[in-house]
Amino acid sequence: MNHALLILTLLLAPLTGFFFNGLRFRASNGVLAGSVATGAAAISFICSLLLYKELLSLPPESRIVASKFFEWISVGSLKVPFGFVVDQISSIMILIITGVGSLIHLFSVGYMSRDARPTKYFAYLNLFLFNMLILVLGDNLLITFVGWEGVGLCSYLLIGFWFTDEAKAAAGMKAFVTNRIGDAGFLIGIFILFFTFGSVNYADLAHLIPKVTEMSWLGPVTLATLCLFIGAAGKSAQIPLYVWLPDAMAGPTPVSALIHAATMVTAGVYLFVRMSEVLVLAPLTMHVIAWVGALTALVAASIGITQWDIKKVLAYSTVSQLGYMFLAIGVGAFSAAQFHLMTHAFFKALMFLGSGSVIHAMHEEQDIRKMGGLRKYLPITHLTFVLGWLAIIGVPPFAGFFSKDEILWQAYSSPLGNKGLWAIGAVTAAMTAFYMTRLMALTFWGKSRFGHDVHPHESPPSMTIPLIVLGILSVVGGWVGIPHVISEVLPWHPGNHFETWLEPVIAHLPEGHHGEQVLEWALMGISVALAGLSAFFAYDNYVLHPQRPPAMAKAFGPIYTLVYNKYFVDEFYFARIINPLIRGSKALWIYIDVNLIDKATYVAGDLVSGLASFVKTIQNGKTQSYAMYMAVGVVVIITIVLL
Amino acid sequence: MLNTENLLHIGLAHYIFLSGILFSFGMIAVLMRKNVLVMLMGVELMLNAVNLSFIAFSKESGNLNGHIMVFFVMTIAAAEAGVGLALAVAIYKKFHEVNIRFFEHLRG
Repeated sequence: MNHALLILTLLLAPLTGFFFNGLRFRASNGVLAGSVATGAAAISFICSLLLYKELLSLPPESRIVASKFFEWISVGSLKVPFGFVVDQISSIMILIITGVGSLIHLFSVGYMSRDARPTKYFAYLNLFLFNMLILVLGDNLLITFVGWEGVGLCSYLLIGFWFTDEAKAAAGMKAFVTNRIGDAGFLIGIFILFFTFGSVNYADLAHLIPKVTEMSWLGPVTLATLCLFIGAAGKSAQIPLYVWLPDAMAGPTPVSALIHAATMVTAGVYLFVRMSEVLVLAPLTMHVIAWVGALTALVAASIGITQWDIKKVLAYSTVSQLGYMFLAIGVGAFSAAQFHLMTHAFFKALMFLGSGSVIHAMHEEQDIRKMGGLRKYLPITHLTFVLGWLAIIGVPPFAGFFSKDEILWQAYSSPLGNKGLWAIGAVTAAMTAFYMTRLMALTFWGKSRFGHDVHPHESPPSMTIPLIVLGILSVVGGWVGIPHVISEVLPWHPGNHFETWLEPVIAHLPEGHHGEQVLEWALMGISVALAGLSAFFAYDNYVLHPQRPPAMAKAFGPIYTLVYNKYFVDEFYFARIINPLIRGSKALWIYIDVNLIDKATYVAGDLVSGLASFVKTIQNGKTQSYAMYMAVGVVVIITIVLL
Repeated sequence: MLNTENLLHIGLAHYIFLSGILFSFGMIAVLMRKNVLVMLMGVELMLNAVNLSFIAFSKESGNLNGHIMVFFVMTIAAAEAGVGLALAVAIYKKFHEVNIRFFEHLRG
């Protein structure tokens, strides 16, 4: 099949779905809307598979399927074709987006069955899919930016989907505004790159930039990548712009799974994997990214320990895992970042959908203090959730283990990494194990703490099938990227397919501690042991001795309050940034706009109209006065001429 | 002593002086009088003052250009008088007077 046609079908299927559902958005037949939307996503998934097959048939160095549809912008030296490129990076992304996306669409059919406006929901979901595909397929920064804004819009629409609840509408607005800050940085980054190198095309930039030597610590490449990182921090919820993601849980749970765990929030990671050739020229930016990523991972994980809302815990977990991915990018482990992006998409989508199943079963109850003992009511959800739990805390051989271990090892061994980054990563891994085990314990294990009027029930097949598929993926998903040290001892030597696959298109740093296999095994052992111990600690506390945690919280009094209130970051932003900004804007409005600019225009207007009312008395309709003016004028002119 | 010869000799300056006086009288009539007929007469007076200066210049420079111009001016003056009188008659029919202030009604 023709490449251009494949890419076009891939993109247009969700768009068609959007128009089909969007034009009849009042319809309340959720099954019809859901089937169309899911079908559209499935068609895209098939196209992705075909494109992937196409890539496989090409030799590794030239695995690119590109297609330019038309010249989009042509202004002076800026020429932007509406072109799409499927290569090793974007093929993985479109497989994740359409694959996980299809499953989540399917899940939504069951989840939204009780909603009043399912058609609108599915229209938004399809529109999101379309924009996300634009984002990852664009062959230049501007097309990516179009998708970037598109997914931001869909995220806003879906977070505020139940907009009659003011808090949820506000959460949507918060997400949108926070993203705008990042988007401004992203745009400035694009401007700097274009201004310096005269191109916004990824391939051009990768070829052009190595010829330019970065002269100082803060040259154009560093500046541009830092600006792009602001954009990525906004979209991918990194410090200091992570605050919107936990609030984004106000949206329907499948949306949290698709947009705020598996796909959209990883756009920042994708951007830097795509721009890896550029990024490696800016070591300062990489240091910043690594430390921001590591700190985000740590801070978010620590907040996750104290939250009571099942989705909030998962949201902070997502922020934390995204921090891991940025840590990987910061130390130059682009392949590991992409790998973790993929495994995280599997297990986190699984857990969000699982939490959706739980919330559905508990009739919109999200507080884990009012759950417990759900294992016997929701056997399939519980089983799949266990798989996701094992994957995220990094138990071998589940998916999360390989990717997380790869990141931790790179954080230690890469030339840009160091012990501090590794230590933060390992501590975060332990915290992750703790809060995920706590979540499992409070939700599924122990005694049930809900009233007798609640009768939890297992979800319908449309919801459990995606859970099962994602559960399987959470187990086997990591096997494509088994690190060398492990693959050597395994009898059939599987090899790191994932890294080999990405190798031709990403930048490489010189190898750090190469060959120190003992060290790698040791670090792996330490992080797994830490995770295991803290998981056991959590199990011990929350299942075996449920009376202990409140006492511990009391013992840690002030620290607990600080963490429970999310380090008062929101309050800090309001007190130090948002409110001063609003006050400043109001002052500008009243003093500058109303009292200066408006007044100035009024005065100018009054002046003109005053002058006019004087001048207009001349035109009085009296023929003789006109004749007089003429005569006086002639006399004046003659006088001037004669003198 | 007064040079009588120079005084009696009628030269260009005299014509121009007379023409200027006539023109001023005509202009004063147009600007000051309220009666449209008198104003039209003033206009005629101004035109003929100009004619006089044309003739004088023509005689002085010794060619016929000025004379030709005078014929044109007289033709125009006749037409102008015709239009002006027609307007005056129209105003008179409506207001039974030919005061210039009624021309204000011509304002759009």
